[in-house]
Amino acid sequence: MNALSRRKFLKITGFTAGAAAAGTAALRATGVLQPPAPERGTRTVPTSCDICFWKCGAIAHVRDGELWKIEGNPLDPLSEGRLCPRGTGGIGAHFDPDRLRSPLMRKHLRGEEEWVEVTWDEAFDFIAKKMTAIKEQHGPEAVALFSHGIGGNFLKHMIKAYGSPNITAPSFAQCRGPRDVGFRLTFGEDVSSPERTDIRNARCLVLIGSHLGENMHNTQVQEFADAVGNGATVIVADPRFSIAASKAKYYLPVKPGTDIALLLAWMHVIVTEGLYDKEYVAAHGFGFEQFAASLAPFTPAWAYPETGIEPSVIEATAREMAAHKPSTLVHPGRHATWYGDDAQRSRAIALLNALLGSWGRKGGFYTPVSMDVPGYPYPEYPKSERGKVDNPGHKYPFAHETITTGIREATLTGQPYPVKGWWVYATNLIHALPNEAETIKAIQNLDLMVVVDVIPSEIAGWADVVLPESVYLERHDDLNVEWFREPFIALRQPVVPSPHEQKPNWWIAKSMAERLGLGAYFPWKDIEEYFQHRLTAAGLSYERLKKDGIIRGVKQPVYFAEGVTPTFPTPSGKIEFMSPQLQQAGFDPVPVYHRPPPAPPGSYRLLFGRSPVHSFSRTQSNRILSDMMPENEVWVNTDIARRHGLTHGQYVRLKNQDGVVSNRVRVKVTERIRPECVYIVHGFGHTARGLHHAAGKGASDAQLITRYATDPLMGGTAMNMNFVTFEPAEA
Amino acid sequence: MNEIVSTRTNPMIDPAIHIWGWEIPVYLFLGGLVAGMMMISGYFLFRGRQKEMATSCLTLPLLSVVLLSLGMFALFLDLAHRWYFWRMYMTFQPASPMSWGSWILLLVYPALLANALIRPPAWLTARIPALVTLSERIGTRSATVKFIGIANMLLGAMLGVYTGVLLSAFGARPLWNSSILGLLFLTSGLSSAAAFVHLVARDEFEQKLLAKADNAFLTAEIVIIGMFLIGLLSSTAVHIEAAQLLLSGPFAPVFWVFVIGLGIVIPLIVQSLAVNHKVAHTPVAPILVVLGGLILRFVIVQAGQVSHWTRLFPSH
Amino acid sequence: MARYAMAIDTVRCVGCMDCVAACKTENGVPEGYDRDWITYESTGQFPTLHMEIRSERCNHCDDPPCVGCCPCGASHIHERGGVVLVHHDKCSGCKACIAACPYDARFIHPDGYADKCTFCIHRVEAGKDPACVAVCPTHCMHFGDLEDPHSEVSRILASRNSHALVPAAGTKPQIFYLR
Ligand SMILES: Nc1nc2c(c(=O)[nH]1)N[C@H]1C(S)=C(S)[C@@H](COP(=O)(O)OP(=O)(O)OC[C@H]3O[C@@H](n4cnc5c(=O)[nH]c(N)nc54)[C@H](O)[C@@H]3O)O[C@H]1N2
Ligand SMILES: Nc1nc2c(c(=O)[nH]1)N[C@H]1C(S)=C(S)[C@@H](COP(=O)(O)OP(=O)(O)OC[C@H]3O[C@@H](n4cnc5c(=O)[nH]c(N)nc54)[C@H](O)[C@@H]3O)O[C@H]1N2
Ligand code: SF4
Ligand code: SF4
Ligand code: SF4
Ligand code: SF4
Ligand code: SF4
Ligand SMILES: [Mo]
Repeated sequence: MNALSRRKFLKITGFTAGAAAAGTAALRATGVLQPPAPERGTRTVPTSCDICFWKCGAIAHVRDGELWKIEGNPLDPLSEGRLCPRGTGGIGAHFDPDRLRSPLMRKHLRGEEEWVEVTWDEAFDFIAKKMTAIKEQHGPEAVALFSHGIGGNFLKHMIKAYGSPNITAPSFAQCRGPRDVGFRLTFGEDVSSPERTDIRNARCLVLIGSHLGENMHNTQVQEFADAVGNGATVIVADPRFSIAASKAKYYLPVKPGTDIALLLAWMHVIVTEGLYDKEYVAAHGFGFEQFAASLAPFTPAWAYPETGIEPSVIEATAREMAAHKPSTLVHPGRHATWYGDDAQRSRAIALLNALLGSWGRKGGFYTPVSMDVPGYPYPEYPKSERGKVDNPGHKYPFAHETITTGIREATLTGQPYPVKGWWVYATNLIHALPNEAETIKAIQNLDLMVVVDVIPSEIAGWADVVLPESVYLERHDDLNVEWFREPFIALRQPVVPSPHEQKPNWWIAKSMAERLGLGAYFPWKDIEEYFQHRLTAAGLSYERLKKDGIIRGVKQPVYFAEGVTPTFPTPSGKIEFMSPQLQQAGFDPVPVYHRPPPAPPGSYRLLFGRSPVHSFSRTQSNRILSDMMPENEVWVNTDIARRHGLTHGQYVRLKNQDGVVSNRVRVKVTERIRPECVYIVHGFGHTARGLHHAAGKGASDAQLITRYATDPLMGGTAMNMNFVTFEPAEA
Repeated sequence: MNEIVSTRTNPMIDPAIHIWGWEIPVYLFLGGLVAGMMMISGYFLFRGRQKEMATSCLTLPLLSVVLLSLGMFALFLDLAHRWYFWRMYMTFQPASPMSWGSWILLLVYPALLANALIRPPAWLTARIPALVTLSERIGTRSATVKFIGIANMLLGAMLGVYTGVLLSAFGARPLWNSSILGLLFLTSGLSSAAAFVHLVARDEFEQKLLAKADNAFLTAEIVIIGMFLIGLLSSTAVHIEAAQLLLSGPFAPVFWVFVIGLGIVIPLIVQSLAVNHKVAHTPVAPILVVLGGLILRFVIVQAGQVSHWTRLFPSH
Repeated sequence: MARYAMAIDTVRCVGCMDCVAACKTENGVPEGYDRDWITYESTGQFPTLHMEIRSERCNHCDDPPCVGCCPCGASHIHERGGVVLVHHDKCSGCKACIAACPYDARFIHPDGYADKCTFCIHRVEAGKDPACVAVCPTHCMHFGDLEDPHSEVSRILASRNSHALVPAAGTKPQIFYLR
């Protein structure tokens, strides 16, 4: 690696920041402004991390006027004073020399990444004109917003005020959607985020592909280590020997896509051996008899050829789970969009938990609580007559959030009504949605495409207008009123100024709304006034929140045993072992296993997941994080590597079933994966021209995901459906 | 199957250390060569044969000054904090071979200069006439000459051994971790120096004498290399693995062909035949010896950096 | 006299590299360099595998060859806790200490001097844990004084099995891996 040293890029940012300050220098010369005394010493600012959606409380340190480091905020119940590696390296986002600096408008064709730098005024005027035209021609619903994370709250508010209900994020149909639907259908409630999993107190923890330790959702990893340290029994099912698997008492090298068979066999053992929590099931269960009867054929012997897991291991692990009930947590997973039957798999997980009585119990699923902070009293949003565009005719009857790919589909087809404008905030749709070609085709149907980003990402490359946002260390975001095991609120506030023309989301949304004549929806002067208002209404002190970053509420009961009343907001008011809702909608009321289609001969199923030091496709440009992992590797089983003559560290290209060939990627020859699949970390293989540092490093899983299956219950896009072969690559 | 993956990617360290490029082998070679030269010329001074051994006693001392300075220059080039090289002379660290080495080098210079002063070359005295009186004063006192000879032999030996000890003190590198390395580099230095005289001496007697001496040194060198390898092979697994780097591993071709074959065995045969009048003297043999000596330093330095206590599987 | 050491729990460590990130920011380690790193050592054949994950750095050896070999007196043992350090302004960059370290824990800083883990002595002297220890989300690292039998490291080492790296190299390393 011979990239810029940190010292060098500090100088670069220093220089350009200086250039931006040149205007004020003139004022200083006239004596209007006193030159600020150079800042000396170290100061700290409490804020919250935004490298992922966990939003850990953090304390940033500024030394001699320059951002130095960021640590966890000990007051924060999520992080308990310790950030994850991405959070620790998060300051690299501020220093990234490839950042967007000023608003950009495209020069020629979409996707060419040729830009003219414009002022904010010019950008807003252009967008306002287009949005007004779209509204006149197609109605306000024709503008959709893709927005991921708390940062986008004010843009969402702006789009709602404008009159569109079409607001979506990949966190549903590309992530936790199937899980939340599976759990809703069973318990009537979501697992939500942060997950209500009581990992710390689990005596037995079952991870079905959840690769904690690589998936670095902070609280979960901390609690996982506690559980391991306390000697909890860990059972991991994963085709890959993950970090979590290395901590497990039982590692089950399950064949990809066969987890439902495993789950059915586990439940078969637990039911036929009478090991389930009978009292709990009797008190809270609905349709148990029908469900129990449906399990009869699914013996461990039946599951063996499907899953590759020996019957004795299935039996032993089922008994182990039962032995620790109700403190046995079968983790619901998070990124659940795998094979198209994902909501049903999640339901099977929910049912296994129900058998063990873990919902509402210590070491299982707690009941999250939150503080009561009223929203800002805005005027009512205009009502949309046409409704949302993403799920016409409730094709996916159990989708309770907006489906990204549904909006993409509507944009492509103009059905049920046309979509002509996209706002995209903090989501790199090229990496996040399956089948990049469809996304690009949809974009080509638009009259307006606005991307708000911090770096020139792939999706920004397709925009008409790119708006540069301040990174989280330079801005306020909406108040975080968290649902967790104890109530608290948390603040994100600026630590250092933005180095160039970047602006925070709230300012962008407010300024944009004012251009659109929607100023009444942003009655506050600035976000601090907004905070003051909400906090005063809640009887809390903004000054204190500013000083501490966190205000914790009073602890409340979170388990049934502590006094939480068991409520299950399903139609029956009970845990639905058999689901009349599913039956009425024409689906299997109890989970059924369907064998996944086999790999075409000579090819390998492409699996993907997380690296502890990166977040999706957003951190490869962060020099601190990329320093720890500059490119991804393709994991290949030792025998397979030998068969193909591949050596460790060599570059190959991956070619998928549709002939798409990846960027070159190094081979990791390893025993740690099943032979029929290969694995890469998601988010690499950038192609955006402005990502000077990250472009061309590693392979992109998203590029190879040209096929996907859609979950019929809720429209989630299952992406573990692609197969690759190895192609030679230059050294 | 044992997979060891490390995330460390330090420049010059990973996947195996490669802190020393050409500079250190060249420095060690030149140091060894000068050491050999000092011992040869010192020996003849001690025996009072400086007149008949013209090349050894006239050419070598001055040439040594030049070669040693080149060696020190190479060493200087290798430093990462070059302009701080003087810090080595701000202290003496008794536990550090490198500190010993830098101070030995400082003593070697006066010994070499004194040696050179015994018979300063005409081009020098023409410029600095004062040297003539100085040299007469030294050169006519046989006790002084003897003392200078002893000093040259002694410091030469220290220098030669030091070039090996420098490496052998690094217990962290199994290949170097052998006390024989000092003796090996000293012997190799002697053989290179002898070969050099063999190569440039005009006087047939001196030439032949040094060729014979060289044969003895080469024979000794072979034996010492043998001992070195046997020593490693009879030690721990990591040492065996280290020896294998030379015997059958990635360094084996260079080691067997250039160090052993062309650097020792072939010249030894050719020179033995020549001193026994079976074939004519050829400059090829001593040239090979000198080159062999240089390559020996390269192979030992490079393979030593690869030899390791743990084996890693780098991650990228 | 204090004797600082670390005990790192390989059972809890998930190899997340937070310790590496923390060292980089705390100590301004230049891009492309590592004072600490993670080693994943797995043995066996799929699916019967065992893996040990270790956060590694300079072992602050009791018998540090990197100190003895230094010709400039730059590499030295700090008066407190046996911590092995380098005086940047005495170092010539000769790299002898790098060759001497069996753990390859050192490197040449782009500014020319030998550099490595300092046990965050600046933090320790201010009463804090080293940055890597303080950040670790799994709480798997323990830092403290071995001379004090009541310190956390002493107690945990007394109660658990542990091993040090390459003891055969003879340097008496002071980082212990709990298993
Ligand atoms: N192929 C594939 N697709 C996937 C996944 C996968 O593993 N593989 N994972 C799925 C899952 S689980 C999820 S949750 C989603 C995640 O999908 P996304 O949330 O879209 O994640 P990223 O790809 O990181 O894209 C984030 C974008 O936001 C930008 N950004 C970062 N910080 C800021 C900021 O402060 N302000 C603004 N305005 N922009 C910012 C980044 O530069 C980047 O362009 O992807 C899903 N899609
Ligand atoms: N460091 C880091 N942490 C993150 C994120 C990040 O970007 N970076 N993103 C966060 C987000 S939004 C999400 S959604 C989560 C995602 O993280 P998780 O929900 O934990 O994991 P997945 O991405 O679903 O799945 C990856 C794992 O599933 C295994 N797997 C693949 N196919 C199968 C199968 O058929 N059966 C089984 N049993 N296992 C299989 C893979 O081998 C891999 O270990 O991570 C979160 N945490
Ligand atoms: S889990 Fe890590 S990246 Fe996500 S918010 Fe917390 S510290 Fe930041
Ligand atoms: S921070 Fe802790 S858990 Fe993460 S790799 Fe380092 S020692 Fe292991
Ligand atoms: S680990 Fe290496 S650098 Fe650190 S004290 Fe030991 S020998 Fe010296
Ligand atoms: S590189 Fe510096 S610290 Fe290391 S041995 Fe040489 S002078 Fe000493
Ligand atoms: S103790 Fe300090 S210097 Fe050493 S590895 Fe940890 S953070 Fe880095
Ligand atoms: Mo996700």
